[in-house]
Amino acid sequence: MFTGILSGDLPRSRWLAALLVLIVLYLATAPFLFPGARSLNVAATICVFVVLVASFDLLLGYCGVVSFAHAMFYGIGAYGVAISMYKLGPTWTAMGIGALAGIGLSVLLSFLIALVSLRVKAIFYTMMTLAVAAAFGALVMRLSGLTGGDDGRAFKLPPSLSPGARLFENDVFGTTVNGKVLTYYLVFVCALALFLLMLRVVNSRFGRVLEAIRENEFRAEAIGYRTLYYRVVANCVSAALAACAGVLMALWLRYVGPQTTVGFNVMLNILLMAVIGGLGTIYGSVLGVALFVVAENYLQSLMGGMSASFTSVPMLAALFHPDRWLLWFGTVFVLSVYFFPSGIVGKLRASMREAL
Amino acid sequence: MAAAATDVSDLSPAQAGTEALEALPGRARDLVPGVLILAFIAMALPVVGSVPTWVTLTVAGLAMGMMLFIMASGLTLVFGLMDVMNLGHAAFVAVGAYTATLLVGPLKGLLESGSVWASLAAIAAVIALSMLVTAALGWMFERLFVRPVYGDHLKQILITIGAMIIVEQIVLVLFGANQMMLPMPEALRGSLIVGDVAVERYRLVAVGVGLVVFTGLALLLARTRVGLLIRAGVEDRAMVEALGYRIRNVFIAVFVGGSALAGLGGVMWGFYREQFTVAIGAEVLVQMLIIVIIGGLGSVTGCFAGAVLIALSTNYVSFLMPDLALVSNILVMMLVLLWRPQGLYPVNKH
Amino acid sequence: MPDRPLLHLAGVHTHIGEYHILQGVELQVPRSGLTVLLGRNGAGKSTTLRTIMGLWHASAGRIRFDGQDISALQTPEISRAGIAFVPEDMGIFSNLTVQENLRLAAIRGSFDEARLEWIFSFFPALKRFWLRPGGTLSGGQKQMVAIARAIIEPRKLLLIDEPTKGLAPSIVDNLAQAFEELKARDTTILLVEQNFNFVRSLGDHVAVMDDGRIVHHGSMAELSGDESLQARLLSLHARAVH
Repeated sequence: MFTGILSGDLPRSRWLAALLVLIVLYLATAPFLFPGARSLNVAATICVFVVLVASFDLLLGYCGVVSFAHAMFYGIGAYGVAISMYKLGPTWTAMGIGALAGIGLSVLLSFLIALVSLRVKAIFYTMMTLAVAAAFGALVMRLSGLTGGDDGRAFKLPPSLSPGARLFENDVFGTTVNGKVLTYYLVFVCALALFLLMLRVVNSRFGRVLEAIRENEFRAEAIGYRTLYYRVVANCVSAALAACAGVLMALWLRYVGPQTTVGFNVMLNILLMAVIGGLGTIYGSVLGVALFVVAENYLQSLMGGMSASFTSVPMLAALFHPDRWLLWFGTVFVLSVYFFPSGIVGKLRASMREAL
Repeated sequence: MAAAATDVSDLSPAQAGTEALEALPGRARDLVPGVLILAFIAMALPVVGSVPTWVTLTVAGLAMGMMLFIMASGLTLVFGLMDVMNLGHAAFVAVGAYTATLLVGPLKGLLESGSVWASLAAIAAVIALSMLVTAALGWMFERLFVRPVYGDHLKQILITIGAMIIVEQIVLVLFGANQMMLPMPEALRGSLIVGDVAVERYRLVAVGVGLVVFTGLALLLARTRVGLLIRAGVEDRAMVEALGYRIRNVFIAVFVGGSALAGLGGVMWGFYREQFTVAIGAEVLVQMLIIVIIGGLGSVTGCFAGAVLIALSTNYVSFLMPDLALVSNILVMMLVLLWRPQGLYPVNKH
Repeated sequence: MPDRPLLHLAGVHTHIGEYHILQGVELQVPRSGLTVLLGRNGAGKSTTLRTIMGLWHASAGRIRFDGQDISALQTPEISRAGIAFVPEDMGIFSNLTVQENLRLAAIRGSFDEARLEWIFSFFPALKRFWLRPGGTLSGGQKQMVAIARAIIEPRKLLLIDEPTKGLAPSIVDNLAQAFEELKARDTTILLVEQNFNFVRSLGDHVAVMDDGRIVHHGSMAELSGDESLQARLLSLHARAVH
C-alpha cells in the first residue's frame, strides 16, 4: 500500500525513512504537540517550502536547469490569491479565482520563458529567468495600487478559517481547534497531496524521460524524444506547483509582501535547501527544508547567545551575530556542493548501500 | 594561382561576401552595432523632447555604460575563456567599493580640496588599492571555489552563488551592516555648463576612465602575447594546449585581472552612488549578465557595445517611464538576440 | 638493427563516456618516414591521435615517445616533448590572422626566418593571405595554415588527421609536396587518411585499424604490391567511402 502511495519511490534507507516518518508525524500533529503561534508557524512554513523546494528539484535535479524565476512563480501564486481576496472579499470563490489566476499566469510565463530560451545555451535560460524575476520584482513595486507595494497586501480568510472560528466547542488534547488550526490542516493536507503528486510525476514515464535527457540530451534526441517539449512541460508543472505553494503561504499568513515572496533571498533559500537536501530525489526537499527552517528559527537564537558572550572580541561577536547566520549556512552550502553532491539524502542512501 | 578559382567554391556565401570586403589585408571592422547605437541615441532626441535633457541623459547613459563595461569586462573574459559561470563576480564589485571607503579618511585632504588634479590623484590611489585587494581576493576565489568545479556548469553556478554569499557576509562582518558613505571628491561635484546643457563633471571622469580601460584591454588583446593567448583560448582551449601552452596559467591571470576590473568598476560606481550597501554588486548583476550575453561571450568590444546600449536604454526609459528600466533591458536583450543570437560580436567557438 | 620506434603504443584503451573506443591499441611508429593509419570511420583513428596528444586520457596501457613515457602527461607537456597535432577540423583560430596563428605556434616568440621561407616555398599562397583572419579562409587555405603552424617549429613527430578531406586536387598536390619536404628533413609523420591513392606513394609504413584495434601493420611497399591484401583491408574502407 505504501509503495502505491509513494509511486514506487521508496526512501531506500532506514535512516531516511525514519526521518521522513518523524517529520510527517510532527507536521500532522503540530497544533497539538507544540501549541503556540511560533511553532505552528514553523510547521506551516515547512509544509509550504517542501512543495516549493520539491518543485524546484523537479527543474534542477531532474531537468538539470537552473531557474531563478522560481520564487517569482511562488510570488505570483501568493499575490494572485491575496489580491483576489482583498478585492473580491473573503470568500472561497475569491480564493479559487485568485489561486487559479496565479497558477495560470505562472504556467503561461514559464511556458514562454522555456520556449524562448531553452533552445539556446543553458546559461541563456538561467539569465532569462534571472532577468524576468528581477523585472517582476520591479513590476510589483510599480503596481502598488494592486499589490500594496512595499507594504504588501493583507486580507481576510473566509469565516470558517478565520482565527475566531471554532470547530469544536471544547479543546481537543488541550488545544483550541480554531480557524488557525483549520487553516494549518488545509495547508498540511494540500502540501502532502502535492508532494505525493510530485512523486507520481517523477516516477512516471515522463519523469524517466526527463532523467534520460538530463543524463545525455544528445542520445535522448537520437532515440526520438523531443527534449524541448519535455523540458517545457517540466517547467510548466514546476511553475504551477510553485504557485500552489505561494497560494498556501498567503493563506497561512493572510498577507503577502515583496520581502517574503519575491526577493532574491527567497530564491537563494530555495536553492540552498534543495542542494543540501539532495537534488534529484524529491525527498531531499523534506530534509533540506526541515533543516533550514529549524536552523533559521532556532540557530539564530543560539548564535545570538554566542555572540553575546563574545562582547570583548568585536570581530567574533560580529561573526556569530544572528544576522550573519547566512554566512554559516552559505558555508555549509558550499561544503555540501563539494562533499555531498547528492545532498543529505544521497549520503544516507549511500551509507545504506555500504552497510548492505 | 590555380588555388584562387577553387577557393571561392569552397566558401559559404557569407564567407565569400566577407572575402570581397576584405580585399585589403587587415581585419574588417564590424561597424554595424556602433552605427545602430548612434542611431538609437539620435532616435531618443525626438522622444525625450528637449536637447539639453537629451544631452544630459545621453552623457549619463554613457557614463553608466562605461562603469558597467568596466565591471562586466572581467565577467565576459572569464565566461569566454574559461567557460566558467562566475555568478559571484558581483561580490568583487562590492569589495572594490567597500575598500574605497577605507581611504576616505587618509585621503580627506586631497578629496576635499578644490583641485581637479588632486581629486584625480586621490581617485587613482583609491583605485590602485581596491584593484590590489580585489585581485588578491580573485586569486583566492579561483583557487577555492572555481578550480575544483572546472567543466561542471551546474556546480559552478551553485558554488559561485554560495561563495558570493560568503564573501558578502564577511564584508558585513568586517564593515558592519550600515550604509557605507563614499563622498564624491569636491572638485568633481557639480556640472559643467555649456550653453543650455549641464554635464556632470564626475560623469565625464567616468567616461574617461572607461575609455582608458577599453583602450588598454584592446591593446592588451591585440598587441601582446598574453592577449594572443586569450583570444585563441576563447575560441579553442584544447588547440592552445596542443601548441604547448599551459592555459591554466592564463586562466588564473584572466580571473585575477577580471576581479581587479570589477573592483575598479566598484570604486567608480561607489563614488557615483556615494551611498551603498553590500548589495551594490548584486544590484547590477542582472544587467551585467545581460550585457555579457548581448555582447557575445568572450568579446571585449561586444561587452563595451552592450554596456553602452543597456545603460542608454536604462536612462532613456527611466526618464520616460521609471521602474520599467529592467523590463526595457530584457526587451533590448531579446531584440539583439533575435538579430544576432550569438551576441553583437560573436566569438567563434570550437 | 631496427631502431627503437619513435612512438610506441602498448595496450592502449580509451573510454569516452561509456563508449569503449580504443580496445587495446598496439602501434609502433618507426623513426623518420611517414606512417599511415588507415581504417573506416569510427575505427578509432582520430581517437588514437587525440589519446597520444593527451586530449583524451588513456584508461589503460602505455605510450612511449622517444624513450619517454608520456601516458600520464598533460597536453602542453606532450606538445613540448616534440609532438605537433593537426586535428581533423584543422583547429585554426578564426579570429586570429594567419600571421598570428603561426606566431602562437612559435613558442620562442619570433619566427625562424629561414624556416618560414622554406614553408613559403611549398605553400606560396600563405604569403597572399598572411594578414587575413583565419575564419575567412577556404578549407584548403586553412589546411595549409594548420600544417604550416605544426611545422614552424621543428618537431620530432607530426600527428595529422585526414588533411585531404574535401580539398581540391591542386591543394592536395601542395600537401604531398609539403610532406615530401618534411620527410627529407627527417621529420616523422603519423598520418590518418582515407584517400589510399594519396598515401600510396608517400607512405613508408602502414597500420590498419578496425574496431579500436590495429589489425594489420607492415610496409607500404608490401601493401601496395599485394592486391588481395588491399582488397581485404581496404574493403574496410570501401564500406565507409561510399
